[in-house]
Amino acid sequence: MKILKIIFANALRHKLRTTLTILGIAIAVIAFGVLRTVVTVWDSSVDAAAANRLITRQAVSFIFPLPYAYKEKIKNVEGVKEVSFANWFGGVYKDKNNFFTRICVDADTYFDVLPEFIISPEELENFKKERNACVIGQEIAVQYNLKLGDQMVLEGDIFPGQWEFVVRGIYKPKNKNTDDTQMLFHWDYINERMKAEAPLRAGSVGWYIVQIENPNDAAEVSEKIDALFKNSSAETKTETEKAFTQGFVAASSAIITAMNFMSFVIIGIIMLVLANTMIMAARERTREYAVLKTLGFSAFHIIGLILGESLVIALIGGGIGIALTYPIVAGFEQAMPKGFFPFFYIEPITTILALSAAIIIGILASIFPIQRALKTNIVDGFRFVG
Amino acid sequence: MSSIITVQNVSKSYWRNKIEIPVLNNISINVEQGEFLALMGPSGSGKTTLLNLIAGIDKPSAGEIIINGTVISSLGESALAKWRANNVGFVFQFYNLIPVLTAFENVELPLLLTKLSKAERKKQVETALTLVGLGDRMHHAPKQLSGGQEQRVAIARAIVTDPVIIVADEPTGDLDRSSAEEILILLGRLNKEFQKTIIMVTHDPHAAESANIIKHIDKGDLVGA
Repeated sequence: MKILKIIFANALRHKLRTTLTILGIAIAVIAFGVLRTVVTVWDSSVDAAAANRLITRQAVSFIFPLPYAYKEKIKNVEGVKEVSFANWFGGVYKDKNNFFTRICVDADTYFDVLPEFIISPEELENFKKERNACVIGQEIAVQYNLKLGDQMVLEGDIFPGQWEFVVRGIYKPKNKNTDDTQMLFHWDYINERMKAEAPLRAGSVGWYIVQIENPNDAAEVSEKIDALFKNSSAETKTETEKAFTQGFVAASSAIITAMNFMSFVIIGIIMLVLANTMIMAARERTREYAVLKTLGFSAFHIIGLILGESLVIALIGGGIGIALTYPIVAGFEQAMPKGFFPFFYIEPITTILALSAAIIIGILASIFPIQRALKTNIVDGFRFVG
Repeated sequence: MSSIITVQNVSKSYWRNKIEIPVLNNISINVEQGEFLALMGPSGSGKTTLLNLIAGIDKPSAGEIIINGTVISSLGESALAKWRANNVGFVFQFYNLIPVLTAFENVELPLLLTKLSKAERKKQVETALTLVGLGDRMHHAPKQLSGGQEQRVAIARAIVTDPVIIVADEPTGDLDRSSAEEILILLGRLNKEFQKTIIMVTHDPHAAESANIIKHIDKGDLVGA
């Protein structure tokens, strides 16, 4: 207990220096936590992908459409349970800054292949039977104060013109990482107007969502689907939903890698700050360590004193940093354009990493002062003038 | 009386920038149980080095040091640390108390290395502090004490484990005349009433008069008795 008292008392001996070091660690942990949260949220869209879903898209690029006629052919492939499709709509809702996903879907099948979007049977029925009906995620409903029966008007860009919708359903996310910021409406509604206004663009879908019987057959089923359209004018590329999502994330990989790198650089910098504090502290206590060694205290005790002090400072700083990361991430989420990240929360792994980083910083920062304290013999320790 | 400290043909050199600096030259000395020995000499004569060798906080370059039957000059670092904890009490010129601990806790420090219970430790610390006249200052921090009181706490810390020998390096060097006198009286009591063997390094002839035996060192050699 006395050793613990010495550790805590030593840590508080230079209150300003210790406070500044603790603040530095806390700020570094906050920065680490926020950066890691962005990275993990980015990656979690990949984790959210279902194992039993394949995505079939145009082989050249995702931006090129596929014929609607492919639907039945894909459905007939052995191992396929259900097929749905969707098309990116884009458009503007009231203001360009109101960013959220807006896609037209196959109303009859979409919610069957995406069971993580939870909607009541009544609302689903109402959605299916009304051409200009739409379903929105609960986050969108809260954010824009929308309720069932409300009108939503989109200004089209990919599909020009004004598009009016009626909210007939509000879906809830099944999992924490399910995107509840989407607006979904009938592909038929868009397609009919395209037939009249731009016939060449009618009958096209963006991508097919293929639900398969057995996730282990994903590769085989993918090959079979792509083989169907080999040498056609619109060859396909079928892959698991996870691989498809990873393709999107990979496009931002340089940014993510930079953020990852920066998060660890910050930890490295603050480690040097703490190491500097510990070196100064241990240097000032050279005579005291000599006294303790003289009294018979072993190297183990000296290591415990320096390592303990370093860990106390690192853990207090880390604890404050972790505690503050939660409200700061919440504030960060509020400050970001709505819908930029469909979900934004601190993963447990981020907290574990931040805490581990604080412990590792504490250990590493104490190595040099420990080495110096042990290397200094008693006689030199007593001669030391700090 | 038997020799409790035997220093046989001890030499000590330090190396500075690849140059050997001899500090002690072939010193031999015997101290009997219960003696109070004062080592005197000018600065740089080697008296503190000899004290450090006897106390086991430094090692001789040549020769042998035997304390109470143990050849401490051949002990390893770890064994030497344990030996010091059990056999030597230290009093320094600048007290060297741990500033973040109270007088009680500073005196208790050497006992933390023993197997004594908390209650036993408390009893011994209170006895030691009462002996040095600081029974009413136990829970004061060093900065709340005068220099003389700090040195008395250091003496309490030195005697709390009931060591075989007490080594004191200029124990009055940083004190005013009256405080110095109190410390010398206290060391004298420890020697006479408790038969503690004391080796004291001092510049001060008046302080040296408290000892039974005075030895002079000059340029690393013992020059007389």
